[in-house]
Amino acid sequence: MSKDIIEPEIFLPDKFGIDNLTMEKAMTGLLSRKIDYADLYLEYVTSEALSLEEGLVKNASRNITQGVGVRAIAGDKTGYAYSDEVSLQHIQLAARTAGCIAAESGDNSIVSLNKMEKPRLDLYPLEIYPTDVPIEAKVRLLDKIDKMARSYDPRIRNVMASFTSQYKVMLIVTSEGLIIGDIQPMCRLNVTCIAESGGNRQVGSFGGGGRVEFSYFFDENRYALYTRRAAKQAIINLEAVDTPAGTMDIVLGPGWPGILLHEAIGHGLEADFNRKRTSAFTDMIGKKVASELCTVVDDGTIARRRGSINVDDEGTESRRTVLIENGILVGYLQDRLNAKLMKMPLTGNGRRESYAHSPMPRMTNTFMLQGDSSAVDIIRSVRRGLYAVSFGGGQVDITNGKFVFTASEAYLIEDGKVTTPVRGATLIGNGPDVLKKVSMVGNDLELDTGIGTCGKDGQSVPVGVGMPTIKIDGMTVGGTV
Amino acid sequence: MRNMEITIEVAQDILDKAKKKGATDGDIIIVDGRSSSVQVRLSSIDKITDSQYKTLGLRLFFGKKSAITSTSDITPESLDKLITDTCGIAKVTAHDEFAGLPLPQYSMKVRDIEVYDESVHQVTGEEMIEMAKAAESAALKYDSRITNSDGGNCSKRYAHVIYASTNNLSGEYRTSMFSISATPIASVEGLMQRDYWYSTARRFRNLDKPEDVGELAAKRTIRRLGARKIHTQQTPVVFDQETASTLLSNLCTALSGYSIYKGASFLVNMLNKQIASADVAIYDDGTIPWGIGSKPFDGEGIPSRKTVVVEKGILTNYLLDSYSARKLGLASTGNASRGAGDPPVAAPTNFYLSAGQYSPDEIIKSVESGLYVTDLIGFGFNPVTGDYSRGASGIWIEKGELTYPVEEITIAGNLKDMLMQIEMVGNDLDFRQKICSPTVKIGRLTIAGH
Repeated sequence: MSKDIIEPEIFLPDKFGIDNLTMEKAMTGLLSRKIDYADLYLEYVTSEALSLEEGLVKNASRNITQGVGVRAIAGDKTGYAYSDEVSLQHIQLAARTAGCIAAESGDNSIVSLNKMEKPRLDLYPLEIYPTDVPIEAKVRLLDKIDKMARSYDPRIRNVMASFTSQYKVMLIVTSEGLIIGDIQPMCRLNVTCIAESGGNRQVGSFGGGGRVEFSYFFDENRYALYTRRAAKQAIINLEAVDTPAGTMDIVLGPGWPGILLHEAIGHGLEADFNRKRTSAFTDMIGKKVASELCTVVDDGTIARRRGSINVDDEGTESRRTVLIENGILVGYLQDRLNAKLMKMPLTGNGRRESYAHSPMPRMTNTFMLQGDSSAVDIIRSVRRGLYAVSFGGGQVDITNGKFVFTASEAYLIEDGKVTTPVRGATLIGNGPDVLKKVSMVGNDLELDTGIGTCGKDGQSVPVGVGMPTIKIDGMTVGGTV
Repeated sequence: MRNMEITIEVAQDILDKAKKKGATDGDIIIVDGRSSSVQVRLSSIDKITDSQYKTLGLRLFFGKKSAITSTSDITPESLDKLITDTCGIAKVTAHDEFAGLPLPQYSMKVRDIEVYDESVHQVTGEEMIEMAKAAESAALKYDSRITNSDGGNCSKRYAHVIYASTNNLSGEYRTSMFSISATPIASVEGLMQRDYWYSTARRFRNLDKPEDVGELAAKRTIRRLGARKIHTQQTPVVFDQETASTLLSNLCTALSGYSIYKGASFLVNMLNKQIASADVAIYDDGTIPWGIGSKPFDGEGIPSRKTVVVEKGILTNYLLDSYSARKLGLASTGNASRGAGDPPVAAPTNFYLSAGQYSPDEIIKSVESGLYVTDLIGFGFNPVTGDYSRGASGIWIEKGELTYPVEEITIAGNLKDMLMQIEMVGNDLDFRQKICSPTVKIGRLTIAGH
């Protein structure tokens, strides 16, 4: 499957034995009802997973999923039907179900698929897709990681490493006559180490990836860096002391701690919640929601990033959207349905997990632009606080704005110095407030290494986050002492 | 391309073909199903979804090497390619002396368990819309402070599972599931709160009335209004049924045979030792009629059973599939759970803390000053260490009475200690989901706030 022979607009119809006429028919059939907009989403995905534990690559799997999703929109109503069997009959059946949302008959306009387009962006032009790399090479990489992690420290007792890759071909066909497709590769390498010392058992994890080639993990010795970071985190956690409980100053390290932005403000700025007025950020455009040091953007156009897309899953070109500019809320993240109802421009954020899901406004790569302070000065300014460099997952209640994210590697700051490692703890805050307490922003912006998966309404999509080192004046830390 | 009809016989044919290509053993799992759901918002239709799917997963063993493949492209050509691919992948995986199907000793008779209500095919979209509307309206009508809604929902799901193996374990079953929920939003002085309530059942007539679901959703939402933050302190904490069940769900991760043999659990080497207070009895029972987690056999064809996990506070069983059982020198507990294209994991069926003697009121009355937790957010549980730290909201208890709502706090401790500190277990166990608990009181946890 080399890229120069696969064209989604040829490959998918061919694969499913359907043609433009079939799709025009299905669309035209849909428009016999009073439907504002309809689309078909065809998808074919190959995914592969290898995992190593106890020094053995015990499991390897290769999975193929395919299907079609049919969507109809009438006003603020959505009908969605999908099937993993793709044929004219199934598309028509799905179209009938999706069309049920509109009772009245339409104007019977005829859809002609006359806008065959290719994405203008080409953010992931890979020579060799990771799914095409021989499985033996991946086994060798995992074996190497196992040995490297175990030799890092004799207290490393077990190593779990995995390599997953995906090759997705998708095609969007709309009632406006547009046909546009994309090929979206993805891969990820993950390392988890368990360290043990005198009955004390601790875990450390690190990983990365993106829409990159297999060789990416060898460039700059990335696989070795991931391995060392995972092993180091497990070993450091052996020394960790109980985390203090209560409100204290927080310094977040660069990169992945940007998950703060994703949870605290990102979700609350997704258009669906704001149209329905269920977000804590409803009606706050133009208002101050962060300190003037904060400018936050969502950008799906950064080459090879995990959260990047040439077009979103509704065929809209990806772009950079400023969400907060110098502390003022300026933008929402839109999909087609909500942009139309809110009379706002599309932002290329209509994303879906697969053909089995209808699109929603979702983030791509969400990050804060860098400031002037050095990380050293930021840490030096804190008398007593917490320095968190790595996090597990987070979650937000978009209606009351409360959000959490959980540190997996953190240290105490005492008199301006990073000192003792502390056990994992959850940080909790209020989305519309927390960025107002940002008092220093570092000059060391980093994006995460490519590990983010965002869940919303049962749908998972790959995302990225990023941040420079920042200082937050007072946040609640869920420690035990 | 037309998809094939798949039966146990067709599955056996595929396994025979694989054997001709050198596979020594193998199994197949096929899941096909249909589901539909309706979402209404402010009494009008928001979204209707309808789906059908079919996936076939093939696992092959070549001696002690194995590979797994799956596809939703179920045509003769695609299946032939699947067999060839699986054989190719298996060549590069490691020799694992514990690999293999369950031993034939497990081939006991599969019991018929009630999990399938045929009315899943009769309930219409219109009925579902009416139910979703009824649930949402009941919430909207309940109190003038309910000012908005994230919708009312009704869904149904049908699935048909076929399992076949070269080990003479084979079978099939059908399941149904219905659910209804409402998510109202309340506001006072511009500050909003959201909560929800739901009912899930395998049998249509076991669903709660939509009106009751909506009303309870509204009550849960209203009681959050005016929530405040409290000071950092250590107090007793009462978990309601919903939040207590999340503690059990955390416990399941640590009980999985895979976590145990990998050394990734705080329960390593704890079998037959005290892990919880003497009042605690925990079971996993895949045979409960109409249970949300019930099924006739697990992902490896082993019949479901009832397993005593904790009795009088003593850990008596881990949750095991055949692989993790062999690794630990134990017998499978029939807890193999499996997506078609993934290796089995050990996961609960119906997993519950046995009801105790106290009413929820008595439990709350016993607390001089403490927290009644009704909602938790975040993923702050580490199964390796037991460290626990999550965002919480709930109601403050003062002198045995529920007083004002609280939010933007965390509760933290270690699950190891929390289990030992279970001081009271409620009598309010019901089986509304796979993992269930009555109200539970834990002696002391750290609350972080101001």
